[in-house]
Amino acid sequence: MTIDDNCLAELKGVTKRFGAVVALDGLDLEVRPGELLALLGPNGAGKTTAISLMIGLLQPERGTARLFGLPPLRVEARRRIGVMMQEVSPAADLRVREQIDLVASYYPDPARPEVVMEMAHLTPLARRFYGKLSNGQKRQVQFAMAVCGRPKLLFLDEPTVGLDVQARETMWATLRQLIDDGASIVLTTHYLEEAEALADRVVVLAKGRVLASGSVNEMRALVVRTRIRCVSALTAEQVGAWAGVGSVTRDGPRLEITATNAEAVVRQLLGADEDLQELEVRRAGLAEVFTELTQEDAK
Amino acid sequence: MTAHLADPGVTMSNGRLLHAYLTEARYECIRLLRSPAFAGPFLGLPVLLYLLFGVLLFGDALSKDPQGELFIFMGFAIFGVMGPGMFGFGITVATEREKGLFALKRALPMPPGASLLSKLAMSMLFVAIIMVSMIVAMPLGHLKLAAGQLVALSVVCVLGSAPFAALGLFVGTWASAKAAPALVNLLYLPMIYLSGFLIRMPKTMEWIEKFSPGFHLHQLALRAIGAPNAGWQPWVHVAVLAAVTVVFTVLAVRRLARVG
Repeated sequence: MTIDDNCLAELKGVTKRFGAVVALDGLDLEVRPGELLALLGPNGAGKTTAISLMIGLLQPERGTARLFGLPPLRVEARRRIGVMMQEVSPAADLRVREQIDLVASYYPDPARPEVVMEMAHLTPLARRFYGKLSNGQKRQVQFAMAVCGRPKLLFLDEPTVGLDVQARETMWATLRQLIDDGASIVLTTHYLEEAEALADRVVVLAKGRVLASGSVNEMRALVVRTRIRCVSALTAEQVGAWAGVGSVTRDGPRLEITATNAEAVVRQLLGADEDLQELEVRRAGLAEVFTELTQEDAK
Repeated sequence: MTAHLADPGVTMSNGRLLHAYLTEARYECIRLLRSPAFAGPFLGLPVLLYLLFGVLLFGDALSKDPQGELFIFMGFAIFGVMGPGMFGFGITVATEREKGLFALKRALPMPPGASLLSKLAMSMLFVAIIMVSMIVAMPLGHLKLAAGQLVALSVVCVLGSAPFAALGLFVGTWASAKAAPALVNLLYLPMIYLSGFLIRMPKTMEWIEKFSPGFHLHQLALRAIGAPNAGWQPWVHVAVLAAVTVVFTVLAVRRLARVG
């Protein structure tokens, strides 16, 4: 049997239930070489279940899961992955360096613990006991444990929860560096700006199915609305009657407009109100896309 | 692009594989040494109880009763064998399961069985330390055993810790971290009293002993030093202890693979 480096991880028609709850419902998902794939979805969408199936922690009831072309339980496949899971608490009585050294021993050609600690900014904490670290520091150690084996594919389940802004940006930079070095990453996150900043491809899950998938720009195109804000004396009713305007709300002196044809609405605004000020035009972000997709699915 | 399973980066050399098993065992040992409140009672209690009952309280009476002295010494030795495996596995496995550590190690390419083997090695090391402490304390009583007898007894006791480790592992794969100590005690304490190696059972109830792994280990230990025993063929005791080890390990490993 051979390792397949073209299809790093794959779920094909996978169904998984927990009691009466359908966690995944015929899900198809593929991780391609060199990409950072962000899995988004509301709580209970099936993100963690999908990852657990890809790394062999769960078995599908229907469909197949493959890791580098092999069943995920094969240790040869898992020697190519690194994993950072939610709700895992490594041994509190081992020091930071020891945790990394232990996990590195499972891999054929790992990085030295010192190199990994340097990369994850953990060198000053090397001799600290894991149990004595802050929550953010613990996430950094778990990240170091995930990357110490120099994996080709990284599974990161909510990696930046609990990190301060600086630590989060440091982790983002490290993730970009890993992608540049040829690794692939599957990331679940509740921080949509994280997916927007990092992802080559986004998959939105809800109720165990794929709602939408594509690049961040392709996802934005799914929601054609643009958000316009300005200080204007025009009333919401006046603006709401124009063509191309979706909704209008007033917040003090400001008007908040969503428009499907932003350019025409802006021209009309400037023509109708010469004193118009503080004009802002913003494309829909991933947050709006996510909200719209998941709200539509919930209806 | 495809790579063969024999390619570097996919296969582990034998040296790397051995390194992985030894690293797992080393950190298991370090963790136990860093928890003296957990390890101390297992290591110290058997010899302390032997000194209390076999030397201080009843030493004079036992000096005239070589069989009684042997009974006390062997009883606390077997008592020492049972604790590290049952409590060490039962509590640490339940705790690590609850913390998601077993799930993480299943997802990582940890070599098969490395975690359980390292825990077994630690419980055997604990039993070896307990046997050394019992042997060191033995001259304070009136029992005299030759070096060959002591070596044979220690080997039987160290290997004999496996079924108790399997029982502890089984409890650890089912119980929560909070419930594990109580559940292990529910097995451990009746097993001590119903095995007849520490307190003699009434004749009418001796049949109960035969169902306990503690009885069979006690019998093997008596045979190892050439002491009077129940007269069963040794392979019967070995078969019972091996069966307990295999059955409970298989049940536990299957559950770990299914639910972590």
